[in-house]
Amino acid sequence: MGLRKVFGSKIAVGNLSLTVRRGEVFGFLGPNGAGKSTSIKMLLGLVKPSSGQAFVLGAPSDNVKVRRKIGFLPEDFRFYTWLTAFELLKFHGRLCGMSAARLRERVPDLLELVGLTPHREKRLGDFSKGMLQRIGLAQALVHEPELVFLDEPTSGLDPMGRRLVRDIIRAERKRGATVFLNSHILSEIEITCDRVVFIKEGQVVGSRDLRANPDGEVHVVARVHNISAEAIAGLSRWSASAALDGELLTLTTASTSSLPHILRHLVESGGDVFEFRPQTVSLEDQFLKIMGEDRGL
Amino acid sequence: MGAWIMAGVTFQEAARRKILWTAVAAGAGFLALFGTGMHFQVKDLASHNVPPLIGHQVQVAMLQVGFYAVDLLAVVMTILTSVDTLSGEISSGTIQAIATKPISRWEVLMGKWLGFAGMIAIYVSAMFGGVSAIGYFIAGVRPHNVERGALLVFLECLLLLTVTFACGTRFSTLANGVIVLGLHGLAFIGGWIEQIGAMTTSPRLVTLGIVSSLIMPSESMWRRAAFEMQSSLTRSIQFTPFSNASAPSPAMVGYATLYLLIVLVVALYNFQERDL
Repeated sequence: MGLRKVFGSKIAVGNLSLTVRRGEVFGFLGPNGAGKSTSIKMLLGLVKPSSGQAFVLGAPSDNVKVRRKIGFLPEDFRFYTWLTAFELLKFHGRLCGMSAARLRERVPDLLELVGLTPHREKRLGDFSKGMLQRIGLAQALVHEPELVFLDEPTSGLDPMGRRLVRDIIRAERKRGATVFLNSHILSEIEITCDRVVFIKEGQVVGSRDLRANPDGEVHVVARVHNISAEAIAGLSRWSASAALDGELLTLTTASTSSLPHILRHLVESGGDVFEFRPQTVSLEDQFLKIMGEDRGL
Repeated sequence: MGAWIMAGVTFQEAARRKILWTAVAAGAGFLALFGTGMHFQVKDLASHNVPPLIGHQVQVAMLQVGFYAVDLLAVVMTILTSVDTLSGEISSGTIQAIATKPISRWEVLMGKWLGFAGMIAIYVSAMFGGVSAIGYFIAGVRPHNVERGALLVFLECLLLLTVTFACGTRFSTLANGVIVLGLHGLAFIGGWIEQIGAMTTSPRLVTLGIVSSLIMPSESMWRRAAFEMQSSLTRSIQFTPFSNASAPSPAMVGYATLYLLIVLVVALYNFQERDL
């Protein structure tokens, strides 16, 4: 049984079932109101599921001890405005059980990492939104967690800040950490993530592997002469949408591994192939196809 | 360990946000005013040749007024400083970054509670000490059982703090403030109704007062404190604005302590169970 959360009469998460592999950068995609933030909160023990159970790093999500290995950047990070950047990181490090000696080394390194060293003694009340996001990211990483949840980490960041977040996520993956990323910026997800799932009305409605297996639906545009109707009909083994318009052949196939077979079929059928252009479906196209173009948002 | 870190940051917050220093300044201002008043009173009593026994009772009554003002200041400080601590952090989402750290929710709540309790203890001790010192050095009067009185006022503040925390786990800051001040107002009016009822031998008024004290026993702790700090002579001649006509019994102190513990458990349960 998947995770379910109901607020009064509103179903926030319907039946969520997913597995994240250790060491991967995992993207969690869905439109506004799809239940992404509620799902993350359930995984972190902030929200109690109405039914179902979540396990994080092998332990139930409400287990306090396992949180020593988890970092979390909430959406729209806010904290005590009277703390300085240095004090904030020290405070969160202490909550994570870090020693004073370790924090003396770790905090300056983190401030350097997120580009806030010149602002270490500045109070959070004087921080811009982008600076708050950076210090929020630093507090999520202070104890070098095995699993990091990042909820809209690039929100409020300028292009340099977004690049910084991408670099940090890559560094975290290199370190061996698992990153659970929730973002609306699909181009960022496409560059950063190994795998994504699409969530709609609190249920997983699709997934895509972006790294280890680049296979996926692909659209092909080809310029072909001397091709028979039988040859076009023969393409149905790989595509249900093959259509010839003059010399322009268009088709969509479910897997890039079909491309050599399609090309061989065209040539062996006596066709002269002048152009053969596979066009991988972008994450955005796939997202819109799954979610529907107009959701009235 | 987590609770102590939270207690420490609560103290640090009070100091940084100038809450503590504003309270200290208000307290110091009150003590200066009270000392000046006491000084003039001593001078005027001497110049009007008031009999020593009456003069002494006037000064004791003045001292009681001083402690009453301290009680009001401590109550107001307790509610105003703590009303936003849970509800505010829940509504702003600040609590999320803390509650996902490896500390239990009870540690978060108890840490904050201990931080405020520590500040209130320091405040009540300093203010009771200040009023007692002014009474002794300016007028030569000493309250009876001042330590017991201070402890009872501290218990009253802890009671209000705990109710504020319990409501803060469920309601918004504004609603929380309205509920806690409303409950204390009920206890305050109920206390006076009970005293008036006792003086006018009206059992129904006394019952009404007792019921209001059972709903919220905060004000009855002040009335017990006022009773404890009066000498037997003062009690017998009733020369004080705080009548001992219907002083709350020691059983009421026990009830208030039990009330506090139950409300604290409710606060911990609510905070543990709620979604953040």
